[in-house]
Amino acid sequence: MFILDIISSVLLIAGVFFGFSGALGLFKFPDFFTRMHAASVTDSIATILILLGLILQTSFDINTAKLLFILAFLMITSPTASHALAKSARHGGLLTLPETQVKQQERTY
Amino acid sequence: MGDLIDLVLLAMLAITALQMIFLKDLFAVVMLFGIYSFLSALIFINLDAVDVAFTEASVGAGISTVLMLGTLALTGRKEKKSSHSSILPLLVVCITGAALIYGTLDMPPFGHPNNPIHEHVAPRYIEESPKEIGLPNMVTSVLASYRGFDTLGETVVVFAALIGVLALLGVRRQEENDVPESGFKAHHVLHVVARFFIPLIILFALYVQFHGDFGPGGGFQAGVIAAAAFILYTLVFGLSRAFAVVGPKFLQALASIGVLLYASVGFFSMYKGGQFLDYSKLATDPIVGQHYGIIIIELGVGITVFAVMLSIFYAFGSQAERSNIQ
Amino acid sequence: MMTGFYIVISANNLVKKIVGLNVFQTSVFMLYISMGKVNGGTAPILVEGVTTYSNPLPHVLILTAIVVGVATTSVGLALIIRIKRAYGTVEENEFENQDDAI
Repeated sequence: MFILDIISSVLLIAGVFFGFSGALGLFKFPDFFTRMHAASVTDSIATILILLGLILQTSFDINTAKLLFILAFLMITSPTASHALAKSARHGGLLTLPETQVKQQERTY
Repeated sequence: MGDLIDLVLLAMLAITALQMIFLKDLFAVVMLFGIYSFLSALIFINLDAVDVAFTEASVGAGISTVLMLGTLALTGRKEKKSSHSSILPLLVVCITGAALIYGTLDMPPFGHPNNPIHEHVAPRYIEESPKEIGLPNMVTSVLASYRGFDTLGETVVVFAALIGVLALLGVRRQEENDVPESGFKAHHVLHVVARFFIPLIILFALYVQFHGDFGPGGGFQAGVIAAAAFILYTLVFGLSRAFAVVGPKFLQALASIGVLLYASVGFFSMYKGGQFLDYSKLATDPIVGQHYGIIIIELGVGITVFAVMLSIFYAFGSQAERSNIQ
Repeated sequence: MMTGFYIVISANNLVKKIVGLNVFQTSVFMLYISMGKVNGGTAPILVEGVTTYSNPLPHVLILTAIVVGVATTSVGLALIIRIKRAYGTVEENEFENQDDAI
């Protein structure tokens, strides 16, 4: 049990770290698409780590199964959500930072 | 530890709410409201109100955010600069707030088991309901049985809201050829994932519906989750195809069937010689009768809430499509 | 809660007013739920070996109130859409001016 506790707390701490770095990136990155890249770190690796840590905290009963279900759903939904978000942003005419710079240079010439 | 979590959540809540005042972009305001709802759901969980948290997360954060976004699509997402001064409202708010805080000074201490609210009625629910009704989830037994009349009233209010929205907006059936291309039409990833998920969401809704007797859940939440599945379908595949699956006329019939089912249980128990909504008379064994009654009226609530929420979404959606055409 | 109240009376835009009303409402719910809390109690679902439960009554009242709140919100939003179509704006002072002109 003791070893399991240590593993699960390491996983939880790592998950929190990735979540925090994702949030930090969301503020620091320059344009929409890189920001989304940062946010998807929180979506994917942080949630997976936190859920795995929580699974190790359970006593392997029905709660474990529920957490595994949540994990499976998140693995499918969060990439889909990121994909839809990026695609609709592209449809709406958002450009990445280099593209905007190129456009501005074209305008100045 | 719990207090610390409470404090952090409340602080986040306050920040979110304050930010809502200063933002002029209504889209962001609505999104912040969604965050606010989820945060308050977390607080409800910390206060042991799991059923309420479930409802707040699915109804408050889910459906009302979707409806507000639907309205924004029609009214524009920028708030104009207000012309009149904001000193007077601020003063009124400060005075009211001070009065309320003064009022809370008289409140009994937080969480003390001998507070007046816990002295009357509630102990009876907690001690007797397992014997009288035999369901583990006390919230469900109080909701559906002891206060069944209230819940009938709430269901009728939800139904009346549907009538109001339909009277104001109406659901127009679109001609097949002038439907504008939905933004997600060519979106294969979304199509595949939505096809995979919608049955699972409906399955989960059914689980919530019938597991409400034992854990958190029940008709209100289940109806909203089922409606969310169809809203997802409508968003991905377009309104006309959703109308082909469940038409608005069918939904309106369904909404009234739910209310009728609920009320007819009441009349049936009167017919059996009990009082209105007295489920003990539904079967020879009173506890079994209570179980029958609760399952049926939860089903009625679920059907009504599902149909009403989806119809309201249809009404908003068809408005948006019509304004796109013009 | 006061923030919600502030938004309701100071905001000019009707959609923002509705959001403020919802914030207001949610904070009132929180007051009710906090009254139902019992220290050391658990969620009111019977578990063997647990004797203290939080008060289920406020939970029931608020659960239905949330659903009814959404229903009334939707009616309000529908009214806003009609106002938008009739006046072409959802800013309070603008359509009041239009009313005066008539």
